[in-house]
Amino acid sequence: MCLAIPSKVVRIEDGCGIVDVDGVRRKVNIQLLSDVSVGDYIIVHAGYGLHKIDARTANEALALLRAASSLLNGPHP
Amino acid sequence: MRFIDEYRASDLSAYLAEQIARISVTPVRIMEVCGSHTVSIFRNGIRALLPDTITLLSGPGCPVCVTAQGEIDAMIGLSEIDDVIIVTFGDMLRVPGTSCSLMQVRSEGRDVRVVYSCEDALSIADANPDRRVVFLGIGFETTAPLIASTILSAKQAGLKNFSVFSAHKRVPEVLAALMAYKDLAIDGLILPGHVSMVIGKRAYWPLYAEYPRPYVIAGFEPVDILNAILLIVGQIEAKAPRLKNAYPRAVSIAGNKRAQEMMASVFQPSDANWRGLGRLAGSGLKIRRHLEAFDAEKIFQMHVSEQCELEGCDCGKVLLGLKTPPECPLYKKVCTPSYPVGPCMVSSEGTCGAYYRYAEK
Repeated sequence: MCLAIPSKVVRIEDGCGIVDVDGVRRKVNIQLLSDVSVGDYIIVHAGYGLHKIDARTANEALALLRAASSLLNGPHP
Repeated sequence: MRFIDEYRASDLSAYLAEQIARISVTPVRIMEVCGSHTVSIFRNGIRALLPDTITLLSGPGCPVCVTAQGEIDAMIGLSEIDDVIIVTFGDMLRVPGTSCSLMQVRSEGRDVRVVYSCEDALSIADANPDRRVVFLGIGFETTAPLIASTILSAKQAGLKNFSVFSAHKRVPEVLAALMAYKDLAIDGLILPGHVSMVIGKRAYWPLYAEYPRPYVIAGFEPVDILNAILLIVGQIEAKAPRLKNAYPRAVSIAGNKRAQEMMASVFQPSDANWRGLGRLAGSGLKIRRHLEAFDAEKIFQMHVSEQCELEGCDCGKVLLGLKTPPECPLYKKVCTPSYPVGPCMVSSEGTCGAYYRYAEK
């Protein structure tokens, strides 16, 4: 039930975010977030944005995992 | 999709599974405490990737499933009041009460409506001024701030016919009860990603201080879950338990402060009944007194019985990982997704429902 999906903000309208998930657009309440801009990815649960994804942190963590796996298995194409 | 597909990469999953198999020596019992983790573990066949030393247990992480029987009966009771419209998330509809479910009362003509967002309940209240709209507030800290926000919006809009029956539950409190449960012998926990997104990593510090075990906050894709298991197993083998955040793209140390403030301004901690665990101090959330005009328990003078379990149903033991679904005498015989006896079979995130759909196939 705590399912929440990373969604891209494509528009901000009357204090609400419009997000796009695989082509489907939905209005999202963003009052629990500070500082949301078009282009941000936010995590949406039951119609509310609950977190703005920090792309740098996300990319760094993934890069670390990737680096560890390529040490063992050779570089990825 | 960005921030999803990267975490489904089969080469990374294979690497993580290899690492787990390489370092795991000690037999361990790891519990995931989120229904979405339970489903992801089944759907992605994660058990099949793990060595025999690792046992995964599903914990009390499905909000519908942990809702006590007394609370479910009270919700169904509300739906039988003449001028009431019940508004709920879809998961609750088919949950069996002692005598019937909300789905059954709806088929008998009662007004029970399903919404995607709790805010939708406000438009229903607005459109039906001569009826009383009650929203069924179930869920953990991921959902509670949303419902808090809805209550404040109702106040701001001056709605007089909207209320919430708050049966919310709090995760850190139930985890402490689980770790204290001697028969369970849990070696490590996969902590729920989206509850943690709201309450932050720091909310688990008291748990870690009291029961220092490996606790890892995890996301929901296969790479997230395997990475969490690798971290837990590594800590166990090194005898160095830690509280770790392996879902940094969604979870910070402090969590979402606005959501926490919203929750705290509307709800206060209260004792709550859990299916499988009974009454736990401070593990629930009730509406604060200054907002009692929106509290269905006060408005309808509800009597909520203390009953936690449904007789003859083993959901309580399944929720604690004391039994697997096939060990319940009703599983697949009397209790199926079409004719569920207990909530763990009803909910899409219930352990029995997930077993039925994904295991043994």
